[in-house]
Amino acid sequence: MSLPSILIQLLNGLASASSLFLVSAGLSLIFGVTRIVNFAHGSLYMLGLYGAYSLIEALGRTPLGFWSAVILAALVVGLVGVAIEVLVLRRIYRAPELFQLLATFAVVLVIKDVALFAWGPEDLVGPRAPGFGSVEILGKRIPAYDLLLIAIGPVVLGVMRLLLKRTRWGALVRAATQDREMVGALGVDQARLFTSVFFVGAVLAGLGGALQIPREPANLDLDLAVIADAFVVTVVGGLGSLGGAFLAAILIALAKAFCIGIGTVHLFGTEIVFSKLTLVVEFVIMGVVLVLRPYGLRGKKPATPRTSGEIAPALTSPRWQVAACWMVLFLVVPLLGDRYVVVLLTDIACFALFAASLHFIMGPAGMVSFGHAAYFGLGAYAAALLFKRAGLPMEAALLLAPFCAGLFAVVYGWFCVRLSGVYLAMLTLAFAQISWSIVFQWDSFTDGSNGIVGIWPSAWLSDKSVYYYMTLALCGIGIVFLWRVLFSPFGYVLRAGRDSPLRAEALGIDVRSFQWAAFVLAGMLAGLAGAAFAFSKGSISPSSVSIGQSTDGLVMVLLGGVETLTGPVVGAALFTWLRDELARDTQSWRAVLGLVILLIVLLFPQGLVGGLKALIGRWREARA
Amino acid sequence: MSAVLQVEGLHKDFGGVRAVVDVSFAVDAGELLALIGPNGAGKSTCFNMLNGQLAPDSGIARLGGRDILGMSPRAIWKLGVGRTFQITATFASLSVRENVQMALYSHAGKLGSLLQRFGAAFTVEADALLDQVGMLEQATRLCGVLAYGDLKRVELAMALANQPRLLLMDEPTAGMAPRERVALMELVARLARARQIAVLFTEHDMDVVFSQADRIVVLDRGRLIAGGKPDEVKANVNVRDVYLGGMA
Amino acid sequence: MLSVKNLHAYYGRAHILQGVSLEAKAGEVVALLGRNGAGKSTAMKAIMGLLPPAEGEVSFAGRRIERLAPYRIARLGLGYVPEERRIFTELTVLENLEVGRQMPRPGVPAWTETRLFALFPNLARLRERPGGLMSGGEQQMLTIARTLMGNPSCVLLDEPSEGLAPVVVEQMAHSIRALKAEGLSVLLSEQNLHFSRAVADRAYIIEKGQIRFGGSMAELAADASLREQYLSV
Repeated sequence: MSLPSILIQLLNGLASASSLFLVSAGLSLIFGVTRIVNFAHGSLYMLGLYGAYSLIEALGRTPLGFWSAVILAALVVGLVGVAIEVLVLRRIYRAPELFQLLATFAVVLVIKDVALFAWGPEDLVGPRAPGFGSVEILGKRIPAYDLLLIAIGPVVLGVMRLLLKRTRWGALVRAATQDREMVGALGVDQARLFTSVFFVGAVLAGLGGALQIPREPANLDLDLAVIADAFVVTVVGGLGSLGGAFLAAILIALAKAFCIGIGTVHLFGTEIVFSKLTLVVEFVIMGVVLVLRPYGLRGKKPATPRTSGEIAPALTSPRWQVAACWMVLFLVVPLLGDRYVVVLLTDIACFALFAASLHFIMGPAGMVSFGHAAYFGLGAYAAALLFKRAGLPMEAALLLAPFCAGLFAVVYGWFCVRLSGVYLAMLTLAFAQISWSIVFQWDSFTDGSNGIVGIWPSAWLSDKSVYYYMTLALCGIGIVFLWRVLFSPFGYVLRAGRDSPLRAEALGIDVRSFQWAAFVLAGMLAGLAGAAFAFSKGSISPSSVSIGQSTDGLVMVLLGGVETLTGPVVGAALFTWLRDELARDTQSWRAVLGLVILLIVLLFPQGLVGGLKALIGRWREARA
Repeated sequence: MSAVLQVEGLHKDFGGVRAVVDVSFAVDAGELLALIGPNGAGKSTCFNMLNGQLAPDSGIARLGGRDILGMSPRAIWKLGVGRTFQITATFASLSVRENVQMALYSHAGKLGSLLQRFGAAFTVEADALLDQVGMLEQATRLCGVLAYGDLKRVELAMALANQPRLLLMDEPTAGMAPRERVALMELVARLARARQIAVLFTEHDMDVVFSQADRIVVLDRGRLIAGGKPDEVKANVNVRDVYLGGMA
Repeated sequence: MLSVKNLHAYYGRAHILQGVSLEAKAGEVVALLGRNGAGKSTAMKAIMGLLPPAEGEVSFAGRRIERLAPYRIARLGLGYVPEERRIFTELTVLENLEVGRQMPRPGVPAWTETRLFALFPNLARLRERPGGLMSGGEQQMLTIARTLMGNPSCVLLDEPSEGLAPVVVEQMAHSIRALKAEGLSVLLSEQNLHFSRAVADRAYIIEKGQIRFGGSMAELAADASLREQYLSV
């Protein structure tokens, strides 16, 4: 550990923190006024990078070309933000929060494929910033551009403060953040105000991305990586606070830099590799902040959630005839189909349990998770590691894995149930991203990005059909168990806590403890699904823990509909099959999927099964 | 006979504004005490301190020898306090019967079971309570689709589930049709007398207050300005001043 | 100027307004009297479009407005001053006024900060004070001034005297008379009969969501039983 090396890491960290702050500031600003968490903000950052890359190529690698490109890229991204607001979000401001989040996620998918189409799958390394050399500090050479970036953070913070404090627009934004309705009653057109806020927020994200082009290659994974970081910064800093976002970005950058700078330390004979602890540090900071200040360093307790006036419908158990039909279908089809069908059905069984467990906490318990893949993936990894590293028999590994996933759910859930609504969703996503990073980075234990291979089931299960029936039995039992629980006193308490926490507390019910238990239960069953999935594939990769996997689950549930029990199962089957088909036929399956989601959100806010039920209901009414 | 709830020296400031100033009163078993006053007089603040939603600056509220001020709503419920809310709070996606069952399960401490069917227990008890408030015919309807007055009755049934010593009712008839209002409070009065429950309620419908309350206390700008039997309060000069702005 | 016919409105499932009809002519101050929970605030919100009416007509300046968004209603020149004041607490007095600013309207008094500070001298000293750090009376002045920045031809004042010290109530009455002198129409809701008599030309009494009386202040003053029945304890 040396002072200069820490210093270098520090400056490096602060240079990244600037961009992270810009993204988070945009996210906060948009949320403050529109109450929408824009999942696509990381995508806008990514577009900023790609845009700057192309514009620099077009305008030339001169200082003028470089800076024109950066600013133009930010403005273009701003217009993309306007398009998102006008075309999608404006139509769903009154929809449930969940659908707004899902819509912005669909935008993520579309933008990813557009970027893939326009710029290709390869990382694009941008030019160095022309006219910037390096500066020598304490005998180490440091890029001067980094110093500029470090300065840009506070400058943007200052400019934003001025805009908000000194202009009419700023007064309107701050007023609308506190009381949108009153601003409307004073004659301000909200739609135009929202569009302008989206523009500014998107410009900030685009600028954050564009400024990084000399330091970071443009690539297609940036969208989700950046949004997860921005969520952590926002949760730590406090939603809606620019100063908080700045503080949090700096704090996290400093802590990380410190860890990397310390490097490897020998303490009492054990070797501690601090540079690998950066994620743990982020986690610890977030944990401490959330315990001490549940709404972030500078955040305030959100006003009482708006009364949506919508009432969650009653839960009805699936009719046994319907369940029997499904069972027969699942039992018989493999006998008729080929090997491909068996594999597809195995996937569907695993994802059905995954989706059902997500539905369990999302629907009846009312806790939206954007990181449910953490438990699926950790279950899969637990199974793989117990099998390969601990040398347990496959059957034991499969059955112990859910408990490992449950252990993580105990820890993560403890934090999560302290929050609600979007805060909760953002936190679940951050935990999932942390889990993913641990799996991805811990080469020596998890084989990092390669994943773990050679995890095959025991001999008696080696036949694909036999394994399928075993999976079907396990996942079927899991799903039926969850359904059963939903109709037990425990399940009723979850629904009661969702419907009216106030009333539940007044009846002496400790809602939070029940939610925590539900979180753990759902985590365990997702872990079981993950473990069964791992052995069916013979290998497991970090993508099973990824945000993509989490959102797949979310789409399955919402596709089928949160309001029904069979919805998630139908959604899982449909989604798995659809993705398979799309992936075979088209390069841009993500974009197609994104557009399908957007369509569903705009047309059927109750999901497919719910929408179908409503249609049938209306038809019956019309006939009667 | 000693009071069920004895409030002494209740006090609350909001950032320098004195919302409730040295308020004291008591409610006896089987008695309906109305807490009235103009908007902003401090009724809701008083209420929220008694039901655990707001911490007081000072004061004591003794319920059966224990000071309940500063306790959580959960702890207060466990001491035998039932509540109804100004804006009804029921479990909208559950049926009327299930709402009451929930209260009964909680009272019995049997909510943790994972595999038992919820509907298998406390149905008889729930129906008995629903019968008392006249909601038995609607037992299977969802609370989310009930008329407002009926929701108030369901709340009452839930509040009775833990065999309370004290009922706290915040604007129990707000939003109800005029005819329903008196009927609901008559029901409350009957139940309170039969079960010797003390009832403290706020109310803005003067017909209800003067026909149903046994005693009335009047708040104005955080202070108690009058108290007594309905006729005494009606005749009180201070009270007329507050309500009529000195013109009466 | 403002005319309401058979207005019905609900909060959730609660039927709050049950066929309210009333009228305010140009340059007239009209009081809507009633006890807590009688439906006064709900009527104001329903007229302003903040609570979409379920049934009935609202006309303002010759246009039907019951289906318009609140911002469009405001831009037609109908100002709304809410009961809870709804000051933007983080914004200063000047910024609060800025949010209310709209283009001047022909034939309607145009307000500037200077003119408003003349009308509400207390505010002049507090230009840079955040709204959250003002007394109740000062906030009440500010919320009215903020609405006037939109240059309305008619103002809905929801319980302007509520929770104010007697001397501030006096000032408030003075201010409302000044607005009337400017030619503005005012519909104010009140529990305080004394205050209403000091400012209003006519009055309606609302009880349980229905209008029970409509007439001049003199008629109301002459009828003790009416007051006893609907306004007294």
